[in-house]
Amino acid sequence: MPNLRFTEKALSDWMRGQADASEIVISSRVRVARNLQHLPFPLLATRQQSEEVLKRLTGIPSDHLQSFGTFYTVELDHIDPLDKRVLVEKHLISPNLANESQNGAVILSEDESVSIMINEEDHLRIQCLYPGFQIRQAWEKASSIDDKFEEYIDYAFDDKHGYLTSCPTNVGTGLRASVMMHLPALVMTQQINRILSAVSQVGLTVRGIYGEGSEAIGNLFQISNQITLGQTENEIIDNLHSVVLQIIEHEKNARTRLMNDSRLRITDRIKRSYGILSYAEVMDSKEAGQRLSDVRLGVDLGILEGPSISVMNELNVMTQPGFLQKTYGHDMNTEERDIYRAKLIRETLGKR
Amino acid sequence: MLCQECGKRPATLHFTKIVNGEKTEFHFCESCAREKGEMIPGTSGGFSIHSLLSGLMDIDMAGKGAASSAKAAQSLRCEECGMTYSQFSKIGRFGCSSCYKYFGNRLDPLLKRVHGSTVHVGKLPKRGGSKIQAKRKIDGLKLELQQRIHEEEFEEAAKLRDQIRMLEKELSEQ
Repeated sequence: MPNLRFTEKALSDWMRGQADASEIVISSRVRVARNLQHLPFPLLATRQQSEEVLKRLTGIPSDHLQSFGTFYTVELDHIDPLDKRVLVEKHLISPNLANESQNGAVILSEDESVSIMINEEDHLRIQCLYPGFQIRQAWEKASSIDDKFEEYIDYAFDDKHGYLTSCPTNVGTGLRASVMMHLPALVMTQQINRILSAVSQVGLTVRGIYGEGSEAIGNLFQISNQITLGQTENEIIDNLHSVVLQIIEHEKNARTRLMNDSRLRITDRIKRSYGILSYAEVMDSKEAGQRLSDVRLGVDLGILEGPSISVMNELNVMTQPGFLQKTYGHDMNTEERDIYRAKLIRETLGKR
Repeated sequence: MLCQECGKRPATLHFTKIVNGEKTEFHFCESCAREKGEMIPGTSGGFSIHSLLSGLMDIDMAGKGAASSAKAAQSLRCEECGMTYSQFSKIGRFGCSSCYKYFGNRLDPLLKRVHGSTVHVGKLPKRGGSKIQAKRKIDGLKLELQQRIHEEEFEEAAKLRDQIRMLEKELSEQ
């Protein structure tokens, strides 16, 4: 079993820096889907064919990607289920790659900002993750990595449909750009549904933090483009960018209004949550999400002095089931996890 | 918002059904949605983007009205990977890149519905993309030409016309 450095720390190095608007936008992510010519998509590929895909994509000379950092290849068949789960919780691989892939692999950059998934729903998915609101930077990086692969690989492409993908919702640019936002004030003032339904009318979609079908835990929302065909990549990025800017503006206004209209109640709520997190003995993941969201808001409003944004980001990942079991080194049932989650939060907040 | 069926759990599944222009909204929690499975298009157990897509394809069939054309589409088959159109419309995913070629225009209504468009205008592969790039440039110049003629700027228009001819010649020689 190789030593997996990627599952030891909760927070990727890239997440430690300060970035634009990081009090509201947690991270920006771009994913580009590509396929190889003349090989069936992973859905229909035989074991032999998916192995061929894996060989071709990992066979690219390693110095070729060097300008983007040092890369490590991890084959999913060779790591244990808990490590897979942690990689999913850190958003370095998709649940689909972890659970359903055949000859699935991921090429990860040392700082974990780039993860290149092989044999997911498509042969190749290039993902770039940036802290804060840096969606343009994420696209530029993903696009130049795409260019590097293209020097060695013949992509499935046609004039009319663009880059061909397994699912018709990705065809064309193969681009999915998404921004993770923390929107507690819009939720508290009950404006969130109105804003989210407006967002869906301009070709964008909103999901929970772990992608398709997941619930919005801890007031975290993922805004991403729905349309991949008939718009250029720049149009897609610009559209998302300007909508996110507007949502940031609404969230800021809602925060100001909350502080003006009900300062005492908000302060009380935030300090209660901080108190509970600091002393509770049992904490389920839903409550942890909500309380951590309150504390994050408290830090931004100046009601609490700490913890820092990066400690908050770290706690969001560390309190996930896979990571808890990794940290304490054994399998746990739900009740045990709730106890260890409370312990981990207490200790992290106490360290400050 | 609470589930409209049980009124206890929060509604997590929202959808709007439009039948003959009549709009009905539904808000269910997960467990009621599962029970109601049959009335939600495309759900059988799981509710995924793929089953939603196959629901859309069924609407396309119904919209066309002509049962025979729907039947013809169902018998389309990708010669490369063997996937049939009816399999595709069940799982909502293609088997290989040639499926796009074999299913051809039959995909347009679906793509239009999902993306509002059927034609890629974004990035091109650097290798093999130069021809398409040239075509796009010519299309752009032709539009500009129309504009100039419309504004009666004939001198500019003549220059554009010559440029288009030159590019078209280059393209055919490639």
